[in-house]
Amino acid sequence: MSALVEVQGLSVVVRNADGGETAIVKDVSFSIPKGRVLALIGESGSGKTTIALSLLGYARRGCRIAGGSIRIGETQVLDLDDEGLYALRGAKVSYIAQSAAAAFNPMKTIMDQVVEGAVIHGTATRAAAEAKAVELFAALALPDPKGIGARYPHQVSGGQLQRLMAAMALITDPELVVLDEPTTALDVTTQIEVLRAFKKVVRERGATAVYVSHDLAVVAQMADQILVLSDGEMREIGATDDILVRPRHAYTQSLLAAAAPQPRGEGAAKDAAALLEIRGLVAGYGRVGADGMPATRVLDDIDLTIARGRTLGVIGESGSGKTTLARVVAGLVPAARGSVLFEGQPLPTNLTERTREQFRRIQIVFQNADTVLNPAHSIARILARPLAFYHGVRGEEAAKRIARLLDLVKLPATLATRKPAELSGGQKQRVNLARALAAEPDLILCDEVTSALDTVVGAAVLDLLAELRRELGVSLMFISHDISTVRAVCDDVAVLYSGCKVDSGRRKDIAAPPFHPYADLLISSVPELRSGWLDGLPARLAVEAPAPGAGKPPPGLCTFLDRCPVRIAGLCDQVAPPRRILEGGKEILCHHTGAELEAVQVTKASGPGSRRRDETERI
Amino acid sequence: MAEARALASPRRFAVPARWRGTIAWLVANRLASGALTLVIVSMVIFVITGWLPGDAAQEALGQSATPETIAALRAQYGLDKPPHIRYLHWLQGLLTGNLGQSFTANLPVTELIAGRLPKSLLLAAVTAAVSVPIALTIGILSAMWRGRALDRALNLATLSMVAVPEFLVATIAVLVFAVKLQWLPALSNAVDVSTPAQFVRTYAMPVLTLCFVVIAQMARMTRAAVIDQLSASYVEMAVLKGARPARVALRHALPNAIGPIANAVALSLSYLLGGVVIVETIFNYPGLASLMVDAVTNRDMPMVQACAMIFCFAYLLLVLIADLVAILSNPRLRHR
Amino acid sequence: MSLAGKIGLFFVVAWLLAAIFGPSIAPHPVGAVVSPDVFGAFSSAYPLGTDYLGRDMLSRILYGSRFTIGLALVAAICASVTGTTIALVAATAGGWVDELISRLMDALISIPSKMLALVMVAAFGSSVGLLILTAAVSYTPGAFRIARSLAVNVRTLEYVLAARARGERLPYVGVVEILPNMVNPMLADFGLRFVFVVLLLSGMSFLGLGVQPPDADLGSLVRENISGLFEGAPAVVVPAIAIATLTVSVNLLIDSFSGRTGRVAEN
Repeated sequence: MSALVEVQGLSVVVRNADGGETAIVKDVSFSIPKGRVLALIGESGSGKTTIALSLLGYARRGCRIAGGSIRIGETQVLDLDDEGLYALRGAKVSYIAQSAAAAFNPMKTIMDQVVEGAVIHGTATRAAAEAKAVELFAALALPDPKGIGARYPHQVSGGQLQRLMAAMALITDPELVVLDEPTTALDVTTQIEVLRAFKKVVRERGATAVYVSHDLAVVAQMADQILVLSDGEMREIGATDDILVRPRHAYTQSLLAAAAPQPRGEGAAKDAAALLEIRGLVAGYGRVGADGMPATRVLDDIDLTIARGRTLGVIGESGSGKTTLARVVAGLVPAARGSVLFEGQPLPTNLTERTREQFRRIQIVFQNADTVLNPAHSIARILARPLAFYHGVRGEEAAKRIARLLDLVKLPATLATRKPAELSGGQKQRVNLARALAAEPDLILCDEVTSALDTVVGAAVLDLLAELRRELGVSLMFISHDISTVRAVCDDVAVLYSGCKVDSGRRKDIAAPPFHPYADLLISSVPELRSGWLDGLPARLAVEAPAPGAGKPPPGLCTFLDRCPVRIAGLCDQVAPPRRILEGGKEILCHHTGAELEAVQVTKASGPGSRRRDETERI
Repeated sequence: MAEARALASPRRFAVPARWRGTIAWLVANRLASGALTLVIVSMVIFVITGWLPGDAAQEALGQSATPETIAALRAQYGLDKPPHIRYLHWLQGLLTGNLGQSFTANLPVTELIAGRLPKSLLLAAVTAAVSVPIALTIGILSAMWRGRALDRALNLATLSMVAVPEFLVATIAVLVFAVKLQWLPALSNAVDVSTPAQFVRTYAMPVLTLCFVVIAQMARMTRAAVIDQLSASYVEMAVLKGARPARVALRHALPNAIGPIANAVALSLSYLLGGVVIVETIFNYPGLASLMVDAVTNRDMPMVQACAMIFCFAYLLLVLIADLVAILSNPRLRHR
Repeated sequence: MSLAGKIGLFFVVAWLLAAIFGPSIAPHPVGAVVSPDVFGAFSSAYPLGTDYLGRDMLSRILYGSRFTIGLALVAAICASVTGTTIALVAATAGGWVDELISRLMDALISIPSKMLALVMVAAFGSSVGLLILTAAVSYTPGAFRIARSLAVNVRTLEYVLAARARGERLPYVGVVEILPNMVNPMLADFGLRFVFVVLLLSGMSFLGLGVQPPDADLGSLVRENISGLFEGAPAVVVPAIAIATLTVSVNLLIDSFSGRTGRVAEN
């Protein structure tokens, strides 16, 4: 069978400032039979998006397709002139971008943009295109398929926009669809519905597709074939199951290893003395009202304890308030109510009232390695400041300590004289850690420290954290949206949803039911590294997330009410949920008893290939 | 400048939360903030002209004045009262259109201004009518062809034009059109607009001079605003849907650039407020600015105050209109 | 550096040298009537012609450039330094301090610089000190606005949060963490302010409200020779062109440094 898409010796170059050119895609060849899905997988800088875009004969500003050939059907894409390219893009090949929120024009209605391709290419009349769009909306499980097109992009949720973009891509019945990290910007519980919708339309329409992703587990659900890339070069190509089960190339093996993080050792005994206690914390942003409450409440009635030498994982999606929690403890955001106790002593929530010793003992490590180090200062200066500030160490002694700190985070001492811009992302994050360690703190607040890093680099940083904790005995608050990371490094876990702590317990408690319904959704939404996982999931995990601005549940009621699949009419929407302590010390915020939840969740989990049982055994 | 303006946080007052962020609320907020700014501006102008310099009566009458005549003049202009009373009195006059008596012409300021203001407005209107379409066209075209030869040439031209003093443009225009070619009269003091030909003869050189810098500024800001949008992801998406460059620029980027472009137009036109001072003087054009320059030369304070307030008001009005355009063109605010 | 940038650099350096060494290289004393020929054309004896009294224009311009560039430099430095300092205070302090300062600066920026200059001259008469003060006050709010938006952007970056969470005092945060990261754009902004001040001051002098005789800056030279315009005398156009070469070349230089062409003049 002849392939629909045939790429031979593709190479793409980027122009440098000095006028020279550097290859970012080198001699890539592949082919895709009609109706199949090929995944391009790799980390940032691997050239996967560049390859995907060149299928549309497109190179970003500053880049140039330098050689090779691309055939789609009968068309030689790289031989097309401008007119030929206009006719190709959006008609024969269409594109689904990573961030739908950015890829939709904020000034135009959704319908205008969805049918634009059909209108430009004259494949259908406007009316026919709109009718087809409504069909697609329904096929993509979008709510209100008839009415949603009249809205503006800001009026629908991110997951819905992503599916609307799929409708936009499919409106002209293209021969090839290019999906570029289409779910990366989404929360994991939203991703699952989008993936399902994509899979359904791709299958129903027999579409040929290229799926670009950095996430092997996602790709495993979508692709027939996987092409592994790094540094613009092909490492390995093969059928999905072959790549997942029998990776040949060392790079693929390292990707696979990093994608399934192994638990690192446990911290101090569980009954160690409390180091940090948070009681009834309420905090937020905006103008403080007459009642002392901020205009936007981000955290509501949070209770948490971190024992000395242990690691508390805080899991939540965007908007859950997890970052605010770290900032309250660090003193950057004042608490409106409640207290933060450090070794039993109340910690002033205002920066100006804290003593230097209190600052020293709690260090915060921020997420974004690119902005966390002052670009105007050298690494040595960045590390010298906390040494001088907290310990009064200067000169020779400081230089020695800086060398020791760099060694501790496994960086060469020669980096000291460099500026942050000369370091890689992983190196910057290590310097970031070293700066916190320079204070010799008792507690380190780690806010999404690995999420901006590539998986392999992130895994190395996690190893480092585990080792440091073992050697130095510090306590960690580890904040993440990624449940597998939290599972790998944390002793205790708390799950935040929309500012409330809905579920908390030991690490083993997030391996087996009962869970709070949200925690259950979160855990079952994490894709597994095997094909067929998506198909084996129950039809509907949760109710669709409401559109932005649709209004939160009334204050006091369960914040998960709108999406909860097991809500009880007349109870959950009337009465605030109680905090239940289940046996084993697990705590949930729900009207359901542990037994009730367990009953629902165990039945669901006993479907084909239950992961939860595997995991209970592993941990 | 556009970015800086956008960053200025909207002021908040104690109101029910549900009002906040509505169009009406934003518009009311802008109006209130404009009014407050105008009050601060009036204070600054009053402090500089009416309070700090000391005795205006002495100044007006010169060294030969007797104490009696000075006292009489003080009483006549209310200068014997404390400054805050005089400020309030002046402010009241501003609001009721009673701008006081010109020291030098001994006529009501309102009357003198009424004779000049329409002429300045006409000059500004003609300049705006000529410059805005040209500038927007240049700005959008160079944004669409950014980095190509046309854009680089236009960039170099506008970059140079914004830094050229008006009197250079004016003198060269006079040299070329009035002295060498003798097409146009050098002065515009007889504002004769009875026929289109006369109209052109009167306005050609002042408008040309004003347009020179205004067009350059406006084109540069427009280009920046459109380029800002052209680098957005939704533009790449439109390209990947097969849209041609004209459609991408006009249907996708331009609607999003309306706010910044309105801002660019307002700021560039507000530049006219300074430009007319030079241009009206050079061409002897009987507008408000030349009236003000005469008043400054003669230290005719009531006149200076009144003219300064009119110019500041015009600036605030332009900026306010641009803000309102930006608010109203944003669907996030229209459809919440 | 682009060709335009090199041309800009050449003229900027040439003008700076003229301002510093002008009086010592001028062929004639500034006030000397050297030719019987008023409004003389370009000639080998008087390369830039002669003025309305028969003085040598080249010498007049060399002396005048010292006023134009000197005044503008002082005023632009004052405006940029004051604006940046106030912006740092506002951005690091935040809250009502920021709100108050920003509100005040917003009001000041709505007085067009020429209006402020006219009002100041009307009130206090024209003098070198007043001109510098006026120009500095006029362009401080603009510098403040740019500097504040830079500082506010930097303030939200994580390394500044990290410094605050370390317990650093606000002055340290402002001077050590924020300031170094806004120096480059502020230098470009300083160049623009310099251009604005040159244009403002020479405009005022052109109106007869700036530098007062017997001193003369480049704007005054245009004014005093304006009656030669109808004869097409070089004495009118040459000083105006001199100003343009100065301001245009500064603009070209900044543009080639900042590498972005989106910057434009304001007010």
